Amino acid sequence: MSAPDVVIIASGGANIASLKFALARLNVSAAVSADAARIRAASHVILPGVGAAADAMTRLRRAGLDALIPTLRQPVLGICLGMQLLFDASAEGGAVCLGIIPGRAERIAEAPGRPVPHTGWNTLEITRPAPLLAGLTPDAYAYFVHSYALPVGPATTATTRYGEPFSACVQQRNFFGAQFHPARSAAVGAQVLRNFLGAPCD
Amino acid sequence: MRFRDHRVVGDILELAARYRDEGADELVFYDISASPDGRSVERSWVDRVARLPDIPFCVAGGIASVAQAEAVLAAGAEKISVNSPALSNPDLIDALSERFGAQCVVVGIDSHTVNGDYFVKQFTGDAARTRDAGRRTLDWVVEAVRRGAGEIVLNCMASDGVRQGYDIAQLSAVRGICRVPLVASGGAGAPPHFVEVFRDARVDAALAASVFHSGEIAIPDLKRALRAANIEVRP
Repeated sequence: MSAPDVVIIASGGANIASLKFALARLNVSAAVSADAARIRAASHVILPGVGAAADAMTRLRRAGLDALIPTLRQPVLGICLGMQLLFDASAEGGAVCLGIIPGRAERIAEAPGRPVPHTGWNTLEITRPAPLLAGLTPDAYAYFVHSYALPVGPATTATTRYGEPFSACVQQRNFFGAQFHPARSAAVGAQVLRNFLGAPCD
Repeated sequence: MRFRDHRVVGDILELAARYRDEGADELVFYDISASPDGRSVERSWVDRVARLPDIPFCVAGGIASVAQAEAVLAAGAEKISVNSPALSNPDLIDALSERFGAQCVVVGIDSHTVNGDYFVKQFTGDAARTRDAGRRTLDWVVEAVRRGAGEIVLNCMASDGVRQGYDIAQLSAVRGICRVPLVASGGAGAPPHFVEVFRDARVDAALAASVFHSGEIAIPDLKRALRAANIEVRP
């Protein structure tokens, strides 16, 4: 396999450094760009995200990337908020998102003993075989930090339970999503990133 | 990891790598003399240390503006923790939360007990400059969460460094009014203390420094003890 040409979309304020370092630990260097031509030319595209959905969508629109991303044909990985942006909408600030995958991110219901944001290590339950999840054992723990989540739907490939189960991983065609942070999920996260980089380019 | 000028705790990078490999679930870096010295956290070591951990890590120390927080997050930190600067300027919590999201914003609180009630201390990184913040701990927790804190780290000062166990009464009181993740700090001396704080104070995480630095508690042993007590931990 030739070295992947990974581009991380500069979505602003996102935790891009941790992702770059995680890829570097896999001996993969990644470019960070908001340039449509550069992103289109990449072999793999990562849409990271820390922050609020409406704010992130405003940044993508300003850079003209809201029109570009849904047309990408190479493997695209949305992480955390980046995964939520792949869907139709988010209840967070009533944001209209990229509309690639049907569904809407909802606020996680708070309950005694179940604070929100949901922060911490939880197990992934694989609900259907998916390239992103290859090689993971049933007790794979991943690190989550989020207040909104996607309900389980047709694109769901793994779930995690925090009160109700929610989508921990999704896939629709070449669009992959991880609600957890692979860069902060130790060996499990490294495996997910390796799997993504191994996904065939179009 | 808590750094005091008068105590050498070994090379930061070496410790970070050791804890990562031993199965720590999160690393917290405190530059505790930053606030009393009127400066922000040393960027040089954030930059260096950020390459190592494949687990979440949080940086604290003198972060007093959105711009300073942005620099620390851009260097690769997962979360930022504010303590003294938030007491001087509570609007900082709102500003950080609005910009980065609540999940990114940890408020650290140093709390001590006076006549059965709990009060906040400021500038605890320097004994000579430590002062009363003029706030009840429970009030400050509620206010910090209302302003957008996504996590509270409660350091119970009387227990800190004594290794006689976490302050279960105080942590339970705070747990009762804290609807975001609560992290216990101060007092860990042995694995049963961790069991106790998870079981009795229902905290979401427990932080310790000196017992890990000294090697007195090995993280794999601690996790075995927690699992034996039916507390779910990552292997």
